[in-house]
Amino acid sequence: MSDSARLRLHPAAPLVEIQDLECGYDGRPVVDRVSLRLGAGQFAGIVGPSGSGKTTILRAILGQVETYHGSVRFPGARDGRCRIGYVPQLETIDWSFPVTVEQVVLMGLAAESGPFPWPRKADRRRMQELLDRLGIGECARRHIRDLSGGQQQRVFLARALIRAPDLLLLDEPTSGADIKTRHEILHLLAELNAEGITVLLTTHDLNAVAAHLPWVICMNRRIVAEGTPDEVFTPETLGRTYGAEMVVVRQGDLILVSDRLSATRSPADDERVLDVGA
Amino acid sequence: MDVLLEPWRYDFFVRGTIAATMVGGLCGLIGVYIVLRRMSYIGHGLSHAVFGGAVASYVMQVNFYVGAGLWGFAAALLINMLARKRQIGADAAIGIITTASFALGVALISRYRRFTRNFDAALFGNILGVTDQDLLVIAGVSIVTVALIFMLYKPLLFVTFDPEVAPIYGVRIAWIEAVFSLLLAGAVIASMQTMGVTMIAAAIVIPAIVARLLTDSFSTMLWLSTIIGAACGLVGIYLSYFLDVSSGATIVLVAASVFVVAFAAVTVRRRLGGRAARHAAAGRRAQNIAGLFD
Repeated sequence: MSDSARLRLHPAAPLVEIQDLECGYDGRPVVDRVSLRLGAGQFAGIVGPSGSGKTTILRAILGQVETYHGSVRFPGARDGRCRIGYVPQLETIDWSFPVTVEQVVLMGLAAESGPFPWPRKADRRRMQELLDRLGIGECARRHIRDLSGGQQQRVFLARALIRAPDLLLLDEPTSGADIKTRHEILHLLAELNAEGITVLLTTHDLNAVAAHLPWVICMNRRIVAEGTPDEVFTPETLGRTYGAEMVVVRQGDLILVSDRLSATRSPADDERVLDVGA
Repeated sequence: MDVLLEPWRYDFFVRGTIAATMVGGLCGLIGVYIVLRRMSYIGHGLSHAVFGGAVASYVMQVNFYVGAGLWGFAAALLINMLARKRQIGADAAIGIITTASFALGVALISRYRRFTRNFDAALFGNILGVTDQDLLVIAGVSIVTVALIFMLYKPLLFVTFDPEVAPIYGVRIAWIEAVFSLLLAGAVIASMQTMGVTMIAAAIVIPAIVARLLTDSFSTMLWLSTIIGAACGLVGIYLSYFLDVSSGATIVLVAASVFVVAFAAVTVRRRLGGRAARHAAAGRRAQNIAGLFD
């Protein structure tokens, strides 16, 4: 954990504490009485089917939904306010918008960087350092459309990181990414986490993403289960999360999940957990 | 040469030219934000809405700029509010509020038939009608707009690019949206006399689109669009004098021609650029192959 983070955070208290939360949009609850604690330094992923409230939980932490019951608090932040960096789904970005990489990253400071249209020297330096660190230093003046998928993800990650957040929230950071990019992003997030940033992401990819995370939260409007992938990737838990029969195949450290329909096993086979090699 | 200088002897032409140039630049500047928000029709809609306000303020004997200004601002705020409701959306919000407001104006005109003010000017634009008060309003609105866009440049850019995420990063979105509604209403009202209600949309959209074709940088797009708008206003008003055609229509036709030229030029350049890139790639391949035999 960095020194400044150590000053801002209580290491003992959870960074985020969601209690009995019911929230949603336009008077319609999406999330049903959810309680969840996220410790400082944790690296966790929320999995669940579409419409299960994964994104809504992120938005609840950001204070961007209607709350009908319960609360979201930050007991771990000394002044009760947590510095949060948010990375939206790349699909929601308007890629034809005329902005360069540096313009996007500096947006992260839009609310706190003085009254002039141009960036302050210190902000510009911080941005360049950040881009260099993320390996996209030479892209600063390029249009956001002229980048690879992994580079695009890094740009929006940089926009979140330029505010020096304690908590990083990412909505489906790997959706639409190819294998190499997915690997890069997960690696980068693990690195940031090792430096003390708490990371919470959503994903629908159980095999390539969730299985590699230290902590997984299964959600379907409520929390179904949470734990290490090894603990929660069971046919029962995943079946309750997705409302479909799931097959879990384990081979050594490797866990593979599939739904019943796409699995090659015959439906007559009741043995759903297969210890193939071990 | 004398023919070209001839109109400058007339006071009304000088005033009209100043008005058209400033209004063109103003609409060009505001247009960048409108086009990038994909709300192109708000200019069209809002100018119609303001027409309702203009007639109402006339009937109630309130100063045109005060009445229409308040009316336009309220309409712009309402549109922004409704546009955020998921079941409605921006296009329907613009459709409902502005058409209803325009209809109210038409209803008032047909109810009180004794009008001395010529509403043709409000609909189609009239260069002869530019008064000193109009010039003052246009200059005032232009200065306030430039000042506010200067001061709110960063949050305004963020809100335009990503309205969902901006508030998460501490941008006070309700405040920014309100300021923007005010700027938009101001631009529409300041432009009504020169452009006319029916032509404002094009004056807002075309310079911004042409600038977008020419650049990928937001800040460049801002000043480019302002200059293109102002130039179209100046050239349009000049032509309108010589051709004896409505000023709003001429300005829009000039802008449309600029769009056609820019679009053609960019298309041709892309084609040539693609070909050059293919040539370069072929050249590199040839070199690589040659390198194998060194």
